[in-house]
Amino acid sequence: MSFRTYFELTDQDRSRLGDQVAAQRQRVVERLRSVDRLVAVMSGKGGVGKSYVTAALAQGLMNQVKHGVGVLDADLASPTVARLLDAQGPLRITDEGVHPALGRGDVRVVSTDLLLETGQPLRWREPGGERFVWRGALEVGALREFMSDVVWGKLDLLLVDLPPGADGLDDLAALVSDLGEQGKAQLSALAVTIPSDESQRSVARSMQAALDAGVRLLGVVENMSGYECAECATRRPLFPGDAGAQLARQFGVPLLARLPFTPAGAAAANADSLRLLADTFLGADS
Amino acid sequence: MKFLCVECDTQMTFEERKEPGDGTFGAAFGCPSCGRRVAMLANPMEAQLVGALGVKIGGRTLAEQPMELVRSKLVGKDDAFHDAPPDPSSGVSRGPRWSPESEARLSRVPNFVRGMVKKVYGEWAEERGIAEITPAVMDEAREDLGLEGM
Repeated sequence: MSFRTYFELTDQDRSRLGDQVAAQRQRVVERLRSVDRLVAVMSGKGGVGKSYVTAALAQGLMNQVKHGVGVLDADLASPTVARLLDAQGPLRITDEGVHPALGRGDVRVVSTDLLLETGQPLRWREPGGERFVWRGALEVGALREFMSDVVWGKLDLLLVDLPPGADGLDDLAALVSDLGEQGKAQLSALAVTIPSDESQRSVARSMQAALDAGVRLLGVVENMSGYECAECATRRPLFPGDAGAQLARQFGVPLLARLPFTPAGAAAANADSLRLLADTFLGADS
Repeated sequence: MKFLCVECDTQMTFEERKEPGDGTFGAAFGCPSCGRRVAMLANPMEAQLVGALGVKIGGRTLAEQPMELVRSKLVGKDDAFHDAPPDPSSGVSRGPRWSPESEARLSRVPNFVRGMVKKVYGEWAEERGIAEITPAVMDEAREDLGLEGM
């Protein structure tokens, strides 16, 4: 039997799936036009305080920017940044789209933490079995909608709190790729590590993945960089190693801050360090 | 996806979509030359693969709603979203009436997605000049729009 193949049929298929996907991506482009800079906060390793740094940086920058700062929590399965910023729902929906929650200092926040029941894991409505096949598509779709369908308004900076690993940055880079050169200029990444050798090796992979994806590296923040003793006001070692400095040397980027672990009122005790981080960050991102 | 009537060497056209609510999906295509009709039947996994991309087989008749994929696929909490009613000064219509039976049926839709579903049904009915949404209208819209389980 002989018959024509897909590209030999010249009529459009009515589904126009390609056009539907293109329209989705165009909405991302349109929405990000009002965002000056997009900064991915990343780490190859979990538990290094990436969300803490994101939240602290967002708050620290709010006083230094003209229009505003947004935080997109891309860690869909383990969202924490909304809580750190004390952002609460419900998310208001108008014809313009979904309005972000306002966190401390009026930081605009969108996170699955605002959508999920307390204590419930991320679950999708789907037939059982073979979930892994489409979970990736659903998660990228959610990330796309967090960018395209949220009324971010005019922002100087949108911080994207990525999940551990390198996949999140790849997805983000793909989603903004339609912005072309403008998107490349808009998107940059900030790496967060703890001092340990294990963290250094893991975060190095993420930083290399960022470079491979053509994403500019702004610098490194070393979190839990020693223990701030409240009684004797000295900083003592917490983890062995100097991953922050090593990563900065290896990738030729600045070590933007070394934030100590402060057990009581971490954000307040770290206020000076965070102010410094915000200042240094603005310098690195200019 | 395109369908070819091999006998006539003619591209078949999309005619109808069916989502029976069991996770499967059907789409009927017809040959404009000989009238032959075929149905493509997708199992739940195939249907989900398409759904996960946030696209509609047969094309979209209404604009995509804000966070449509998240609201229709995520198992979220009831009070996650607040659908603001249209601003009366904006001139935007408040949409068709809802019969008590259709309101009752709508109330069974999870609150996480209910506002979106109500808006979609309203826009669909309004486009067709339907003044009141009844369960029969909901059935028709559901099939036409592919609102699985809504």
